[in-house]
Amino acid sequence: MVAEVSESAALEHGLTREEYDRVTNHLGRAPTITELGIVSVMWSEHCSYKSSRRHLKKLPTKGERILIGPGENAGIVDIGGGWAAAFKIESHNHPSYIEPFQGATTGVGGILRDIFTMGARPVAVMDALRFGPLDDPRTGVRNRHILKGVVGGIAHYGNCFGVPTVGGECVFADSYSSNPLVNAYALGVFPKDSIFLGAAKGVGNPVIYVGAKTGRDGIQGASMASAEFDEDSEAKRPNVQVGDPFLEKLLLEACLEAMATGAVLGIQDMGAAGLTCSTAEMGGRGGVGIEIDLKYVPQRERGMTPYEIMLSESQERMLLVARRGREREIFDVFEKWGLDAVEVGAVTSDGNLTVKNHGEVVALLENCFLTEGAPLYDRPYTTPWRAAPLDGPQVSEPTGGELRDALSKLLASPDLCSKRWIWEQYDYQVRTNTTAGPGGDAAVIRLKEAGISLAMSLDGNARYCSLDPRLGTKLLVAECCRNLAVVGAKPVGATNNLNFGNPEKPGIMAQLVESIEGMAEACAHFGTPITGGNVSLYNETLGESIDPTPVMGVVGIVEHVDTPVGSRFLNPDRKLILLGGLLPGGDERIERRFGSGEYAKTVIGQTWGLPPALDLDYESAVQAAVREAVQASLVESAHDLSDGGLAVALTECCFGPGKVGARLAIETGRPAHIALFHEAPSRVLASVSVDAADYVLRIARRHGIESPIVGETIADEIVVEINGSEAFRVPVAELYAVWDTALERMLEAS
Amino acid sequence: MKFGVVIFPGSNCDHDAVYALSRNLSQEVVEIWHRSEDLCGVDIVFLPGGFSYGDYLRCGAIARFSPVMRLVKRFADSGGLVMGVCNGFQILLEAGLLPGALVRNRNLRFICKEVRLSVGTIDSPFTNRCNLEAALTVPIAHGEGCYFASDAVLDRLETEGRVAFRYAGENPNGSARSIAGILNEGRNVLGMMPHPERACDPAMGSTDGLAVFQSLVAAAVPVL
Repeated sequence: MVAEVSESAALEHGLTREEYDRVTNHLGRAPTITELGIVSVMWSEHCSYKSSRRHLKKLPTKGERILIGPGENAGIVDIGGGWAAAFKIESHNHPSYIEPFQGATTGVGGILRDIFTMGARPVAVMDALRFGPLDDPRTGVRNRHILKGVVGGIAHYGNCFGVPTVGGECVFADSYSSNPLVNAYALGVFPKDSIFLGAAKGVGNPVIYVGAKTGRDGIQGASMASAEFDEDSEAKRPNVQVGDPFLEKLLLEACLEAMATGAVLGIQDMGAAGLTCSTAEMGGRGGVGIEIDLKYVPQRERGMTPYEIMLSESQERMLLVARRGREREIFDVFEKWGLDAVEVGAVTSDGNLTVKNHGEVVALLENCFLTEGAPLYDRPYTTPWRAAPLDGPQVSEPTGGELRDALSKLLASPDLCSKRWIWEQYDYQVRTNTTAGPGGDAAVIRLKEAGISLAMSLDGNARYCSLDPRLGTKLLVAECCRNLAVVGAKPVGATNNLNFGNPEKPGIMAQLVESIEGMAEACAHFGTPITGGNVSLYNETLGESIDPTPVMGVVGIVEHVDTPVGSRFLNPDRKLILLGGLLPGGDERIERRFGSGEYAKTVIGQTWGLPPALDLDYESAVQAAVREAVQASLVESAHDLSDGGLAVALTECCFGPGKVGARLAIETGRPAHIALFHEAPSRVLASVSVDAADYVLRIARRHGIESPIVGETIADEIVVEINGSEAFRVPVAELYAVWDTALERMLEAS
Repeated sequence: MKFGVVIFPGSNCDHDAVYALSRNLSQEVVEIWHRSEDLCGVDIVFLPGGFSYGDYLRCGAIARFSPVMRLVKRFADSGGLVMGVCNGFQILLEAGLLPGALVRNRNLRFICKEVRLSVGTIDSPFTNRCNLEAALTVPIAHGEGCYFASDAVLDRLETEGRVAFRYAGENPNGSARSIAGILNEGRNVLGMMPHPERACDPAMGSTDGLAVFQSLVAAAVPVL
């Protein structure tokens, strides 16, 4: 063994004194520099989940459709007809701040590999994005630069790879100025009898390295993603990997073809912590050892040290374990696709990760010590940190003209305006499965082979979670499931991305804990087990944390392959039914809850109070009623009410190709702005033919939900009447122009 | 009709073409690997969209050297029907089977959206079932689809009736004279940026792309 290192080197690698002691006690000696590198990435927050694991255990992970739960590269659900879907979400926040384009490309590349390493062909990508305000005088220029780079990177990678980017969300807030969030979600499908796992098995079997060559990019990336940023973060640019979607496309085809030979026993992508993580995890899962010699590893650069080779995060690489004697079949496939495939080592019986360099041992560590043996912290937590006051300013009831202006202002706000500028850069149609693409409540893709469709919703709501992470997260799960209900889908599983600040601060840790507990309760309620995901902590720059931002991706099944019901009105002279009611469950504290909404943020310019109240049982009843009405083809359109409340949802419904208008007539005892803009959950606005209205109302009654008729669709104008008198009217075309062009105007501003 | 869909490394609309041709149009389809030395006796060669060779160097610039392209050229020169969509169009230009070039979209961004196409001629095997009066709704999805050629070439394309498709209304990518698809002199080679194979199934919205493939099927039936 080569020279050993000192404790100070360990601290520089981000290990604590206690963690370092644990290493030396376990080894009975000081580690080598390569071992130190290996331990430091495997025990980084990013790879080990050492702060969150204890709490993640509270999440429901089992269900009748769950074939593979957390712990593998992606979760897998049974979608019927002999088919399965693998899906997962993962963050690439830190790299995207340092180098937006490459940070985003490699985020997409990483999550795609997580899917096809299971044997599934990726068929959909979505992204949850968070940026700082585009018009901020201080940070706006940088925020626009980051957004353009990230969107360009996602487009570049997904379009070239040939997977449709079918939806996602993009939200803006101050706290993301120095810490943008890029959470990439991917879903793949395959016959359920051809699942591959990331476990090594069979002593003596060859360990084969395939894909791109190893370079110096991304060394210590996982550790970087486990620390806060400071003024020196610019110097971390070399830590960001560079993505090559063309290579990944070849890797996909080659891997699926190699898997079909029957010679592959286990496979895992080299993502965070590269060769280190893939060898240690495959060995750990299989309960075996792995011995490799680095001299066989294809290298892009000369003179790389064992430390660099083990810690490189070069992209588009995979590690697989093959049946001894059948290597040739695998090599032939990779040769056809012009990719490297090299035997770098073998499976052993000793349970160790043995790394040699030209025969000399440079690292010898127990796989389980690196994986399950990672530290597990019970970090102290208090009450969730929050900055906003409980009560907001006194606001007098707006006039009709002011309500009209508020609506226009909301539609032009960065959070609510059309994101067409973003999603038109994504090929959302390739593979010709996208029956509902970007811009709707849920994305829907058909599975030609299985005769069903999958609906997907990706959502986050940090505005709510910053005020109450527990309730905010429950509302988030509810909204995701509601988004599926409006296209007639039944949710079957979920993936989560938990983006938070520094867990060593008790107020931040409390946000994480409460969010997870809220998610656990809601996921159990809606029958959406968590099949895996990602935790991204230390999202702080110079001590300032992001708003707590849990993101959920929920997958549901639609039992046909036709174009699903959309959110836009199709025809005039249809009844408008507000399933769930105007403001269900009434609440005396509604002024306080109104402070969490988009109206408070954008029109009043403040955020305060608490998120909207949520009754989980009532929410389920609304979703069941909506799903039943949609499945029975009784509604022409259905749209979930969320940011901006009833008035914004109604207006969005008018933005279809026909620009159909609506007359909204409501009776309320509340101030008009609350009735129109409060973001109470459990509500869906449906347009229904006069003949079908009775059937829909009957379904609503049977499910015990309120379902007032709140007006009808008309030609090209929005008319709002409150308690019998007209508050305002406005042409649809005028609002559409505002909404459709707002983002482009903000981005093109110089 | 037997269609051959050529697959280059990085092609990614090959599956879509195979599905549309075999399922929506009930035609025989074979997949042809780019190293193939044989066109398998197909009636029509289809070069699909995607990012052959990662668009390195220039879109289509490397794919034109794939072994199969020698066969495709010979096939076209002898009057065989060849159709390239999106990246397939780019490859046909690089291979010299069609005149002009495709450069980056005027807004310098990738654009995916439905566009309206007017049909420039029905005097071709690719458009004989189209209607000069009725625009087609077909999606585009490309970053480098801005058609460029010298005025002399453009004039010639127009006078010889070789502009197969034009963007009707908005010109999404800045193409010269709104050109979306062109024919070669022999009218047996078509290149177009929009994706007719994505507009063949009611579940995808438009089915206007069927007209192009139905034209091909009709062209192959000998006129009595």
